[in-house]
Amino acid sequence: MSSVLFDIPGPKARARHRLIMIVSVVLTLLALWWALSRFAAKGNLEAAKWTPFLTADIWVNYLIPGLLNTLKAAAISVVLAGAFGLLFGIGRLSENAVIRWISTVIVEFFRSVPVLVMMVAAFGLFSFNRVFEASINPLAAVITGLTLYNGSVVAELLRSGVGGLPKGQSEAGLAIGLTRSQTLRSILLPQAITAMLPALVSQLVVILKDTALGAIITYPELLTTFSQIGSYKSNPVPALIVIALIFIAINYLLTTAAAKIESRLRDKGRATIAKGTIGPPNPVDLKPVEEALIAADENVLHERYRTPDK
Amino acid sequence: MGELFSQYNVLGAFGITIVLTVLSALGALVIGTLVAIMRVSPVGFLNKLGALYVNLVRNTPLTLIIVFCNIGFIVNLGMSVSDDFARNNLVWATIGLAFYHAAFVCEALRSGVNTVPAGQAEAARSIGLSFGQSLREVLLPQAFRGAITPLGNTLIALTKNTTVATAIGVAEVAGLMKTMQEDRPDLMVPIFLVVAIGFVILTLPIGLVTTHLSQKLAVKR
Repeated sequence: MSSVLFDIPGPKARARHRLIMIVSVVLTLLALWWALSRFAAKGNLEAAKWTPFLTADIWVNYLIPGLLNTLKAAAISVVLAGAFGLLFGIGRLSENAVIRWISTVIVEFFRSVPVLVMMVAAFGLFSFNRVFEASINPLAAVITGLTLYNGSVVAELLRSGVGGLPKGQSEAGLAIGLTRSQTLRSILLPQAITAMLPALVSQLVVILKDTALGAIITYPELLTTFSQIGSYKSNPVPALIVIALIFIAINYLLTTAAAKIESRLRDKGRATIAKGTIGPPNPVDLKPVEEALIAADENVLHERYRTPDK
Repeated sequence: MGELFSQYNVLGAFGITIVLTVLSALGALVIGTLVAIMRVSPVGFLNKLGALYVNLVRNTPLTLIIVFCNIGFIVNLGMSVSDDFARNNLVWATIGLAFYHAAFVCEALRSGVNTVPAGQAEAARSIGLSFGQSLREVLLPQAFRGAITPLGNTLIALTKNTTVATAIGVAEVAGLMKTMQEDRPDLMVPIFLVVAIGFVILTLPIGLVTTHLSQKLAVKR
C-alpha cells in the first residue's frame, strides 16, 4: 500500500473503503461469472477437455518435451548472452575510442531491433546457406535472436553497473598501483556483476518468455504443443491455458528469486541496479569514473617514472 | 535495395506497425492507468487484484497472449468485431498488445509514484491543501515526471513487440519480411537491414524524446 498518496484512514474513510471494496468484489465476481459462462457455452469447461492434462500421455509426449526445448533454448541463450554482454560491456568501457564506438553501435543496434525480426532473419540466413542441419536451424535461429538482444541488454547492465559504483573504487584501485584493466577486472566488474544480479535474473524471465517467439519460426517449444494437443484432444483453449500456467509458474519463481537476491544484497549493504534503469532514456554518467581513471592513471605513471631517479 | 521497395509494400507494412503501435499504446495507457490506480489505492482488495493482473500478464509470453486472442476469442468464442478476416485479427492483436503492455505501464506509473518522497505529501497536507489539491498540485506532477523514463522504455518495447502480431497473420513488417525472404533469398541481408533500420528509425526518436523530457522535467531533490 502506498503511504505517500493517502493518509491513514479515519472512520469515514474506512467506511468508504469498505463500500468500494464490496462494489469491486461484486463487479469482479460478475465479470468472472460472465467470462466463465461464455467459456462454458462453447464447452470449454467440460471435464473431457481438462482430464487429458491428468494423464501421463499428454505430459510425457507433448508438454514436457516442449518445456525441455524451451528451457534448452533459454539456457544456451543465457550463457551466450552472458559472454556477448561481457565482451561488449567491457568494450564500451574501453579506453580505445574505436573499440568503444564499435561496441556502442553494436549494442544500440541489436537493442532496437525486435527479437522476432532477428530470429526470422537468422532462420532465413541459416536455412538458405545451409549453415546447420535442417532440423537444428530453428533452434539456432532462436538462440541467435535471443543472444544478440539479451547480450546487448547485459552489456548495458554491465556498463550501468560500473557507472553506478562510487568513484573512490576505481581511484583506490589505481592508487595501489593496478593498471586500468586490472582495476576494471578485479575491482569494478565483480562489484558491478553483483549489483546487476537481480536485474540479470529478471532478464531470465524475458529470455524464457521470448523463447515462445520460436513458435513463429517452427521451433517445437512449449507454446507450439498447444496446437498438437488441441487437435489431438480438440481442446485448444484449455491447452493454451495450461501452457500459460506453466510459463507463469516458472517465471513467477524467477521473479521471486530476483526480489530475494535484491533484498539479500541490500541487507548486506550492497548497491543494486533496478531493472527499469537501463536503456537510452537513462544515460549513465560515466564521465566521473573515466576522468578519475585517466587522472589517477597519469599520476600513477608519473610516480612510476619518477621513482628510479630518486 | 530499391528493388525491395518497388516490389513490396514495405512502407505500407511499416504503416500497419505504426497503427498497431499507436492504438495499442493508447489502450495500454488507459488500462495501465486504471490498474495503477488500483495498485496504489488504499483498498486492499483492489490492490491485490491489480497485483494479480500485473503478475499474471507480465509472466506470460506475449506470443501466447496474441495466439490466445485468435484461438480463444475469435475462433473458439466467436467474438468477432468485423467480417473482414485481416481487420478482425488486427483489432484483436491491438487488444492483446494493449492488455499485455498495460501491466508494464502500471509498473512504470507506480515507480513514478515511488519516486515522490513522503515528505512532499506531508508538506502538502501541512500547508492546508486538501487531498485532491495535494494530489493535483504536488504529488501527481512529480509522479508523472518520474514515470517518463519507464513509460518511454515501455513504448519502445511495444513498438518492437508489434512484430509478434504476425503470429496471427497481421500484415505488419515481420510478416512481410518472411514473404520477402521466401521470394528473394538472394537479398536476405538487405531485407534484414531494411527492416532493422526501419525499427531503429521508429524507436530512436522515442528514446531521444524521453531522455530530453526526463532531463528537462527532472525534479530537483
